[in-house]
Amino acid sequence: MTAKEMTTPRAFAELPALIARMTGDEKHSAAANSTMDVLWVLYDRVLDVSPDRLDDPDRDRFYLSKGHGPMAFYAVLAAKGFLDESVVDDWTAFDSPLGQHPDRVLVPGAEISSGSLGHGLPLAVGTVLGLRAQGRTGVRVVVLVGDAELDEGSNHEAVALAGRLGLDQLTVVAVNNFSGTHGWPGGIADRFTVEGWAGRTVDGRDHEDLYAAFTTPHPGRPLVVEALIGLEGSE
Amino acid sequence: MREVFANTVTAAMDTDPRIAVVLAEISRDAFAPAARRHPDRVINVGIREQLMVSVGGGLALAGMRPVVHTYGPFLVERPFEQIKLDLGHQDVGALLVSIGGSYDDPVWGRTHQVPGDVALFDTLPGWTVHSPGHPAELPALLEPALAGDDLVYLRLSTRANARPYAEGPGFTTLRRGRRGVVLAVGTTADAVLAATEGQDVTVLYAATVRPFDGAGLRAAVEQLDRPDVVLVEPYLRGTSALPVADALRRQPHRLLSLGVSRDSEVRAYGTPEQHDVVHGLDAGGIAKAVREFLG
Repeated sequence: MTAKEMTTPRAFAELPALIARMTGDEKHSAAANSTMDVLWVLYDRVLDVSPDRLDDPDRDRFYLSKGHGPMAFYAVLAAKGFLDESVVDDWTAFDSPLGQHPDRVLVPGAEISSGSLGHGLPLAVGTVLGLRAQGRTGVRVVVLVGDAELDEGSNHEAVALAGRLGLDQLTVVAVNNFSGTHGWPGGIADRFTVEGWAGRTVDGRDHEDLYAAFTTPHPGRPLVVEALIGLEGSE
Repeated sequence: MREVFANTVTAAMDTDPRIAVVLAEISRDAFAPAARRHPDRVINVGIREQLMVSVGGGLALAGMRPVVHTYGPFLVERPFEQIKLDLGHQDVGALLVSIGGSYDDPVWGRTHQVPGDVALFDTLPGWTVHSPGHPAELPALLEPALAGDDLVYLRLSTRANARPYAEGPGFTTLRRGRRGVVLAVGTTADAVLAATEGQDVTVLYAATVRPFDGAGLRAAVEQLDRPDVVLVEPYLRGTSALPVADALRRQPHRLLSLGVSRDSEVRAYGTPEQHDVVHGLDAGGIAKAVREFLG
């Protein structure tokens, strides 16, 4: 256990209860649940960001591109102090900051507004280029996409360019719960590595594997972490 | 206009480290000097227009001032959802600059024509829209846009009036009369001046159409014998009919809208002047329409 974990105000085990306050059910929808472990590992141990540094130009950025099913994201933001957790109880109400898709103007800690698929990764490419132009080469930009979201062609424009430009500040975590109709035979990571990315495929429920995948160096290349959900024993 | 655009932006980049140019192959030669001086701030994404606009949004999220530029249809129509979501919805700004007007080079056919661009921007809140008629008008439009943080669309043309007419952000009065007001937007001004030669009408000129200078139009209409307005735009006919109606909502008035026809796709090549005739945007077509309207 790292020192950072020990100072965490809320524990991973409390996320299901926070999510249940939104879903009204102890059994959670696949869309929300598939991302919970990835989000926790990122905010608990990987990303250099905190609620008191939302305007710090040197903070790490997390872009939730797959905005659908944001309950786990809201739960993690609440657990980490970005959100007052009381707001989860009336989420999606007219004057709630929390909708079925996140709005960065309304949600403290949400770096992008998302919902329409295929926007987060192209935005992240631009942000990395902007950070690089400012000499902020130590800042990471991590984008979460879903496997079905990769159907959108805009992602493929971004994958190709990020690979050619060697944007090593960029990480994509592709949460693969095999939800796409036509699938990605042979896996998702290969679609990135052929374009020059470093690729790792891990169990999307295994926190140590996720942590290792996110933190092992990948100099000169952007990184894709394919997080498999639905593996035997990981439901 | 493209040369003045590139030179103005390149000069501004030397003093403002926020400015970054995003291209999709088009005009890369015009920005080659800027790319040599600022290799991290001239980004050619290849032929990837969705990515081009999103990269602009991502740059703005990182605190940069993006200038996103390519040929009109590929800047506005192909990545329209990116314009809607990756700029305005993210609460960030950008300067989008198209080249090619509505049909500057008709030999390329329909694929390279974008008469609907300003109408599309009218579906989104917060955009300033410039449609200049002469290269010399560009610096006054570009400099505040480069220094700001807001949403700006600048439509460039390879065509131009004989001289610049804009004298500020609002409408400029080119001629005064009493029988009606003719508002000429951008590159239509010379044709409008020729068409209304000797007629007792006021001619206003606009290089900036959003925000729409409703006060300027009202002031001109107040000097008329009858509140008759003719709107001449180098893009889709009637695009600014709504702002005219809003500006004159307190008084009965008549409006004639001239612009690129909405009726049918023109499946013809040739010259832009030939297409002006088809759309009634040549001096003869405008003169005839204005005479019939004013009676």
